[in-house]
Amino acid sequence: MTNFLQYILAGISIGSIYALIAIGYTMVYGILRLINFAHGDIFMMAAYFMIFAMVDFMIPWYISMFIMIIATIVLGVLIEKIAYKPLRTAPRMSIMISAIGVSYLLQNLATYLFSALPKQYPSIPILNTTVHFGEASTSLVTILTPIICVGCVFGLLALVKYTKVGMAMRAVSKDFETAQLMGIQINNIISLTFVIGCGLAAVGSILYFTPRPSVFPLAGSLPGLKCFVAAVFGGIGSIPGAVVGGFVVGMCETFMKAVGLSEFSDVFTFVLLIIVLMFRPTGLFGEKMAEKV
Amino acid sequence: MERLNQKTKMTASIIACIALVVLLVLSYTNTGTTSMLRSVLQLGSIYALAAASMNLLNGFTGLFSLGHAGFMAIGAYTYAVLTIPVNKKANVYYLYGVADSLANVALPNWLGLIIGGIAAAIIAALIGAAVLRLKSDYFAIATLGLAEIVRICVASSPMARITNGSLGLKNIPGFTNIGFIPAYFVPFIVVAICLVIMFLLINCSYGRAFKAIREDEIAAEAMGINLARHKQMSFIISSFFAGIAGALLAMFLGAIQSTTFPLMLTYNILLIVVIGGMGSLSGSIISAFLVIAAKEWWLRFLDVEQYIGDWQVPLLRTGFRMVVFSVILMVVVLFWRQGIMGQKEFSWDGVYNFFRRLKTKFRGKNTKAAAEGGNANE
Repeated sequence: MTNFLQYILAGISIGSIYALIAIGYTMVYGILRLINFAHGDIFMMAAYFMIFAMVDFMIPWYISMFIMIIATIVLGVLIEKIAYKPLRTAPRMSIMISAIGVSYLLQNLATYLFSALPKQYPSIPILNTTVHFGEASTSLVTILTPIICVGCVFGLLALVKYTKVGMAMRAVSKDFETAQLMGIQINNIISLTFVIGCGLAAVGSILYFTPRPSVFPLAGSLPGLKCFVAAVFGGIGSIPGAVVGGFVVGMCETFMKAVGLSEFSDVFTFVLLIIVLMFRPTGLFGEKMAEKV
Repeated sequence: MERLNQKTKMTASIIACIALVVLLVLSYTNTGTTSMLRSVLQLGSIYALAAASMNLLNGFTGLFSLGHAGFMAIGAYTYAVLTIPVNKKANVYYLYGVADSLANVALPNWLGLIIGGIAAAIIAALIGAAVLRLKSDYFAIATLGLAEIVRICVASSPMARITNGSLGLKNIPGFTNIGFIPAYFVPFIVVAICLVIMFLLINCSYGRAFKAIREDEIAAEAMGINLARHKQMSFIISSFFAGIAGALLAMFLGAIQSTTFPLMLTYNILLIVVIGGMGSLSGSIISAFLVIAAKEWWLRFLDVEQYIGDWQVPLLRTGFRMVVFSVILMVVVLFWRQGIMGQKEFSWDGVYNFFRRLKTKFRGKNTKAAAEGGNANE
């Protein structure tokens, strides 16, 4: 029973991190129709920024957190301006290749700048305190993660639903060209999407790497793929869908590990992806799109 | 566009073929050539096959697949498992032991190579039926997932007695002499045969059907092309050659692990295809050799700290080569989207017209400069 509770906690915790990252994928896809392959690597870079701020510059954690989030956002927006904006009218395949190129560049850049050896993630003392739940014990970050996640998601949903910017975002994702004709500043909206997506990825990276021992240049690629699976599972383009997908993927993964099949937990995630794509290609909450001739 | 007559083209092709063969033989017999050049040529030819097979799917049929590393892994592992000599098996499978049914199996190289390709094709046929219904980016993600599944399964413990788990396989038989032909030429011959088959394929009615699907699926269907069948065919053929390329890579390396075939490998091949031009087999071949030579050889100096006198050249240190390389790739993707060849194939007309254009451009510049000079004098 204690074990079960602990697995549930771990599943919810990892699930909410996946949800945070999946939102980044789903928002970018909703607006640009682009799988941002670089998103997982932005997540990895965020971890290195944190190491840089805390270890190399000895800045206290509450300040370096903000510095790191801002640096990640700047990186994301720069990537959008340099690598995606010039290709806005190009075929979709070109943009996807550009995204793959950015991911390749970030991984190689990280290997060059920070070396391929794993680096220890700085510990944030408050997050690592142990909390007891009856007989189950866990660190504070495990409890805090879902709370932060839910807070972020509700904030985001409110933003999308009730503000003028949110309305513009919804309009752009419905129809790019018409939105432009209605006087919406497309470029600002796209930048904002990247700001939100990268900000959430940065928050996710603190929560993801704190309980884990180390960061290395390829650390972002597998979580990135899994979060993309989560976004597809929930229906890409839908924020609640990404959250549900994130939780499902996180829970499934934890239970595969609990059953003793930890080798196959990633296989299961990808099998889940293929099954979902086959039977419901638009995911749980995705809208069906008719193809125009 | 001016056209050359048939006879000139024939002569040019024959001369080019002979020149290529002579150069290859020279690279083998000449003691001055470094082993670097030889391995770059061999590796380049293997990547040329891998890139051409990916181009068949991505560039010609318009199915954006990211599962290439997976199919190469299937080919490589099938080849390795079937051909490791019996007396070396105990040494290879020292930890888990070898599966009983495989203990006495050691096929000849060529058979292993073909079975490696067929194994990849069979897996592709099984998976294709399900995955090919997906649209563009969903297809990309599904194939990417497949490659990861293959990679994880190969390294997993239930497969340990066949694939040796995460330890990987070694003592894989390399290239061997065929009759009087030295082992060095084997990869070139295999790759050349495969490429000729691919060229024949894209020039027959199937190839034209593939291109029609790339341009517009709905229009192609309206013209009476069976979409499902042709997509399936393109997927299977592409995977078959990917499997062969994987088996050749296993021969070349002599030892493989599941980490030999990461997602990065797919990205590398994709970038070769993009530089060469999506939809041009000859472009893929040219860019494969260029990219491999640049990556493994010409840009090596970027990884080593260099000194000019006492002054240390900044930035040069391990890993810088790959950064430079990826920046070059981004520049190609952003500013030179057509790649080397675009969608055109290599032709003597093209070469001839290219030089003519260069000539007129050069001449144009000269006359313009002369005219401007004249103006200044006035």
